[in-house]
Amino acid sequence: MSLLLEIKNLRTAFDTTQGRINAVDGVSLKVNAGETMGIVGESGCGKTMLALSIMRLVPANGKIISGEIFFSGKDLLKLSEEEMRAVRGSEISMVFQEPMTSLNPVFRVGEQIAEAIRLHQHLPAKQAMELSIKQLREVGIPDPQKRAMDYPHNFSGGMRQRVMIAMAMSCHPRLMLADEPTTALDVTIQAQILDLISELKLKNKMAVILITHDLGVVAQTAQKLAVMYAGKIVESSAVEKIFENPLHPYTQGLLESVPARCLKSMGRGEYLKTIPGSVPGLYDFVQGCRFHDRCSYVFEECVGKEPPFLEVEPGHFVSCWKYNAG
Amino acid sequence: MSGALIEIRDLNKKYALSSSFFSSQKRIIHAVKDIDLQIFKGETLGMVGESGCGKSTLARLITRLEEPSSGCISFKGENVFLYDRKALKSYRRSVQIIFQDTYSSLNPRKSALSTIKEPLLIHHLNGKKERKEKALEIMARVGLKKEQADRYSHEFSGGQRQRIGIARALVLNPELIVADEPVSSLDVSIQAQILNLLKDLKKDYKLTYLFISHDLNVVRYISDRVAVMYLGKIVELAQNNDIYNRPLHPYTRMLLAAVPSCNPEKKKEKINIKGEASAENKKGCPFQNRCSYMAEICGEVEPHLEKFDEHSFCACHMTGKI
Repeated sequence: MSLLLEIKNLRTAFDTTQGRINAVDGVSLKVNAGETMGIVGESGCGKTMLALSIMRLVPANGKIISGEIFFSGKDLLKLSEEEMRAVRGSEISMVFQEPMTSLNPVFRVGEQIAEAIRLHQHLPAKQAMELSIKQLREVGIPDPQKRAMDYPHNFSGGMRQRVMIAMAMSCHPRLMLADEPTTALDVTIQAQILDLISELKLKNKMAVILITHDLGVVAQTAQKLAVMYAGKIVESSAVEKIFENPLHPYTQGLLESVPARCLKSMGRGEYLKTIPGSVPGLYDFVQGCRFHDRCSYVFEECVGKEPPFLEVEPGHFVSCWKYNAG
Repeated sequence: MSGALIEIRDLNKKYALSSSFFSSQKRIIHAVKDIDLQIFKGETLGMVGESGCGKSTLARLITRLEEPSSGCISFKGENVFLYDRKALKSYRRSVQIIFQDTYSSLNPRKSALSTIKEPLLIHHLNGKKERKEKALEIMARVGLKKEQADRYSHEFSGGQRQRIGIARALVLNPELIVADEPVSSLDVSIQAQILNLLKDLKKDYKLTYLFISHDLNVVRYISDRVAVMYLGKIVELAQNNDIYNRPLHPYTRMLLAAVPSCNPEKKKEKINIKGEASAENKKGCPFQNRCSYMAEICGEVEPHLEKFDEHSFCACHMTGKI
């Protein structure tokens, strides 16, 4: 498989009245063409900021301060705004969590999809509209000819997310960033949308970065997995490897606290395992290893120095002093 | 009936929506439909269903935040909708609610301590000093520190705010706690902490829970019995293990199959999940448009919740045949 996206040591920071916050702090990541990379983490760990950094859509008070993002050979961070605009939507597209707020309520959905096609493929309006209807059919919206004339509020949540996917797919991107695409949806609808994304991915040989907090979703759809904590990737490997043999104490804790995983082996009256403490807010990232105040294996090093991100088994990277002694 | 703390009989709640701005014609939404249900003392009854299935409306009816269109709810044998002012106040002491959104359910102008004290004040319980002591005691019990007593809700994390919500519900020594999606807005690692806390509190305070959630795994962890709702109706009611090991209703099966398994080795066998819940008032079974076992009768007659065995009930014409 060929390398499609390579992120090297990316740092995205926000300047606030209380000082500088590194929302994404030295993230390195590789995504091959045609594969699904899951990024898992709890709220505030920087997973959305990572996606927005790839798109160069970081909010105004934030800035990418260092690092490189190579997308099929070219460094996205070195492109001009105009060149970047040509990449967005056509080569890399994005699907957001809340389809209602990402669609424009005063335009018909067909027009909204056609706009993206017109801008990137420079087609006349009529042809763009035809393609837009074809896209709606692709994503399984019944009666697309008629539905293209409806407004976003005429659609249910699941159908709206299908519209978003149709829009994201309209220029056949090579990479789709899906930021919690099913979090706002019911489980049965979630299953439909995840199936749709997997199907489109295979058909179009597209790579997907799937950002989620739901470990079940990654287990079922992704080939590779990166676990984020407090702005850093703490572990990454093939999905099966991480689920079978999680190395980082945070990953271990996370997997143990999911009811779905341990219920079968649990007797009644037994308790779920938990990670003590709470998810760190952006202002209170601790020094040293960022997980040390919640970790049960703390050494001296953990408090003072950040652990390096090392390959401890072939293809299995982890950032923890526990695996660094020898 | 021995042990039934809450008995719901034939409960209905309809909302009228005007169908469009210019038309006076009303659309009726049947949010809760012919519900019969008992909640027994000391049990945790889990309630699952997707958005819009009426589970929150049911919670609001039980806590008397909403008046029903018809039917009744009895608490220890008395109809709660016939309570006078005084009886209602004491009912509200016995039945407390925990909400999903930890942010909007707490008053931003009140400190944690005064939030937890407030129910005592409203019910004129204890003296000023005792109220404070009681509130601090409950705070410690739910895992909040004494130093945090004077902080305001924005200074807490989501998990801690939910602890305040739980403390507020607990301070009146209620018998029944209705928990409406109490962990849905929390991160996974925090969710487990709150679930364990709820489990502990139940034992210590001899509570009864009605635990509402859309997450089948969470419900499985905490419940003794589980009710599955679909478009305002209970479609299946059974013991916890039975629901998960031997689901009767096609909708329960669909829900279980839709939950992504946390085991990447076990890619789910492709099951056909079709359609969406539609609230159109059609004849027959409300699930017919999504069901893969549909028979002729399903389009004609609406099935009612019927006994399958000692502890299981199912509203499906095909129960036991599929």
